[in-house]
Amino acid sequence: MKRHHGMTSIVKNTAQLVSGFIAVFGLYVALTGHLGPGGGFAGGVILAASGVLIVLAFGRGISATIFGDRAVHIADAAGASAFLVVALLGFLAGGVFANFIPTGDPHLLKSGGTIPISNLAIFVKVGAGLLGAFLALSAFRLTGRDGDT
Amino acid sequence: MGVELMIVILIVFMLVAAVIALEAGDLLSSVIAVGAAGFALSVIDLLVGAPDLAITQVVVEVIMLVLLIRVVLKRRDRAAALSSDLLRTGLCLLACGVLLAVVFLAFGGLGGETAPEGTMPPFGEPVLANAQDAAVQPGASKQYLEQTVDETGAVNAVTAVLLDFRAYDTLGEATVIFVSVLGAYALLRQIGRRKEGQAP
Repeated sequence: MKRHHGMTSIVKNTAQLVSGFIAVFGLYVALTGHLGPGGGFAGGVILAASGVLIVLAFGRGISATIFGDRAVHIADAAGASAFLVVALLGFLAGGVFANFIPTGDPHLLKSGGTIPISNLAIFVKVGAGLLGAFLALSAFRLTGRDGDT
Repeated sequence: MGVELMIVILIVFMLVAAVIALEAGDLLSSVIAVGAAGFALSVIDLLVGAPDLAITQVVVEVIMLVLLIRVVLKRRDRAAALSSDLLRTGLCLLACGVLLAVVFLAFGGLGGETAPEGTMPPFGEPVLANAQDAAVQPGASKQYLEQTVDETGAVNAVTAVLLDFRAYDTLGEATVIFVSVLGAYALLRQIGRRKEGQAP
């Protein structure tokens, strides 16, 4: 009954081609959050979308070889901790969330002090969190359907 | 004027989609109607000049639509039929009318000049805005806009506010997401493990 995991080969090939570009676009949106529209949250959701695409196209068995539950949970917690560490490092400059890195020239990628670092932390945190929630929901659905039939 | 007309049309579309989502008998129809309302909201964000919010709204809406459709398609649940009681419908309409009246009066009613003191500023001129002849005092937004580039070096003022001036809010938001995802893990994994143990 479950010989074919996931969808047809057309969907699988397309997902294989596209998902990497989607993830890179999410990273771009997060990294240039201080230069234009976007930010860590939107970029993280786009990163989670690429993971959701892989899970939907290939099924959970193959996607678990790329990102397992444990790795996703660790990334989630690491992103949240990194944001907190950035906040606490502000004590170097006088208080929580103080911008302790030199701001640099505006309009350059290396500007904004701690803002790109915070964006990256939120990017990892939101992407892994949403992907983990999706994995948990899909696991719940699979077992629920098997239990029903 | 054109933008406002389009916004009103989109809001009416969103209201229709919300009513369809409530009244549809099929859960899949409800999910799709909710998605339509969300996409209309993202277009409104774009029209009023909030591209950051529009991007976030679109991507979150896509993820939620995919997730909900996947869950709904496989589980085949039927939505609980709502009882179409006349009294209930009347009370709902009355509540909507009272809400609309309060919002109308709070935004100053018909005229901008005869608006009483203490009401909300007219639509499109938020409290933090810094209009030249505004009745309200210029708030923090003037300071933010003037000092964003000097103090943070970030060109995008929205990100500067989110991650520098008001970073506490972002920390709270991240905590909320973290705790909710943690709750989802705990609830769903518990049920999944028990059913896995029962099945064989």
